[in-house]
Amino acid sequence: MSNERGGEKAGERRAFMGKPLPYLDVEDLGGKLIVIEGTDGVGRSTQIASLQKWLEVRGHGVVTTGWTRSPLMAKAINDAKAGHRLNVHTFSLFYAADFADRLEHEILPAMRAGFVVLADRYVYTVFARAAVRGADPAWVRKVFSFAPVPDAVFYMKIDVENLIPRVIHPQQLRSRRLLEEGGSAAWGMDYWESGMDLRLGDDFYDSFVEYQRRLLAEFSGMSKEFGFLSVNAVRSFEDTNRRLKEGIASVLS
Amino acid sequence: MAGLLDAPHPYPGRLVIVEGIDGSGKSTQIRLLEKWLNSAGYRVFFTEWNSSALVKDTIKHGKKKDLLTPATFSLLHATDFADRLAHVIVPPLKAGMIVLADRYAYTAFARDVVRGVDPAWVRDLYGFAVRPDLGLYFKVPIEVSLKRILTGRQQLKYHEAGMDLGLSKDPRESFRLFQGRILEEYDRIAGEFGLTVLDATASIARQQAKVRDLVSGLLTKYRPTPYLRRKENVYVQ
Repeated sequence: MSNERGGEKAGERRAFMGKPLPYLDVEDLGGKLIVIEGTDGVGRSTQIASLQKWLEVRGHGVVTTGWTRSPLMAKAINDAKAGHRLNVHTFSLFYAADFADRLEHEILPAMRAGFVVLADRYVYTVFARAAVRGADPAWVRKVFSFAPVPDAVFYMKIDVENLIPRVIHPQQLRSRRLLEEGGSAAWGMDYWESGMDLRLGDDFYDSFVEYQRRLLAEFSGMSKEFGFLSVNAVRSFEDTNRRLKEGIASVLS
Repeated sequence: MAGLLDAPHPYPGRLVIVEGIDGSGKSTQIRLLEKWLNSAGYRVFFTEWNSSALVKDTIKHGKKKDLLTPATFSLLHATDFADRLAHVIVPPLKAGMIVLADRYAYTAFARDVVRGVDPAWVRDLYGFAVRPDLGLYFKVPIEVSLKRILTGRQQLKYHEAGMDLGLSKDPRESFRLFQGRILEEYDRIAGEFGLTVLDATASIARQQAKVRDLVSGLLTKYRPTPYLRRKENVYVQ
């Protein structure tokens, strides 16, 4: 990228999806913003934990961020999901508020300080989920137009056939039973991951399959639109991990 | 963007909204309008800004702890609006009722821009809003609104005075500056979206007579038959 000001170490001007928030200082945003995208249960979190350790060993400061981790919004989003009373607009706007909060308080400060920000999903997840639920794609993209364009988006690609055994297994089913009996299991294939709000099937299995099929189709379309770097996530953890490291190393070099 | 705010809604009901700065008297006027419509036998539904249970606590908590930024402030209010639109504005309009809204998307267009967000972006956020059949803007000078607010209570509220923007340490001076900028935005918006401007310094009765006159005009062709065509992709349960 060209450097208009010349001189010492004036950072390159970072691109945004649309206009950045007018009141923010977006000059000299150093650091790197690296996104790991992929559907529910594809193994993103495990990869990110490993990548963080690897980057730190190599001497990089690392900050991770992910959806609904904003202190302002986490509780409201979880309450709303529990009550199942979101529609496609409130859903998208809620996630946008969560994102804006993390962007201003976490992501941009980390980038200014030269950190590598590893994002466990990004705006693309909201684009996919909103599209599957009938939102106007142009509208959702405008809502998130204040988002910085990442330095790289690694898309952990998997097909439904390979995804099912990763998400639906005995341990998950047992935890699901507990959840239904009033427990509070924090993981497992939940109501939202199986798109039960869309009533795409008679039971959660049928619904999950159809919902994920549609989500994957959205991701596939966005892959071209936003230039995702696809990483085959069907293979072993180690294999996927090695490919992600290779990709990240070339972004950082 | 060509949003829904630019085209009339397809529903049999009527949507009347009021706008104006704090202390303009708009709430008094819309409540009087509600009484009149009710007494005339119409089915009326009333809704006000920032009242959805979905985000009320978050906004309150965020304001109290000073956690809100211009963007999150704007997005949370848009969420509140989207929730009310889906639950208490569009359904009664489909059922053929008269919906009265105390503040509408235009409040965000005025206030959020003064707080620092991009004017085009905030209009985009509300791209799904339906256009009111009648939008009334109660225009009032700052000094009049300030006097009205302070006859009811001793002090200005922190956010209504825009104290969080750091315009002035004196609440009254901050109110003048903050609400003054909002007035400028409202003037722009009134033209942009065709709001009817009313002189809010006139007596309550005189203003109300004008309001009732305008609403009567809106009801001449009003036939409250329920709307039976379903094409929206809404997955509210």
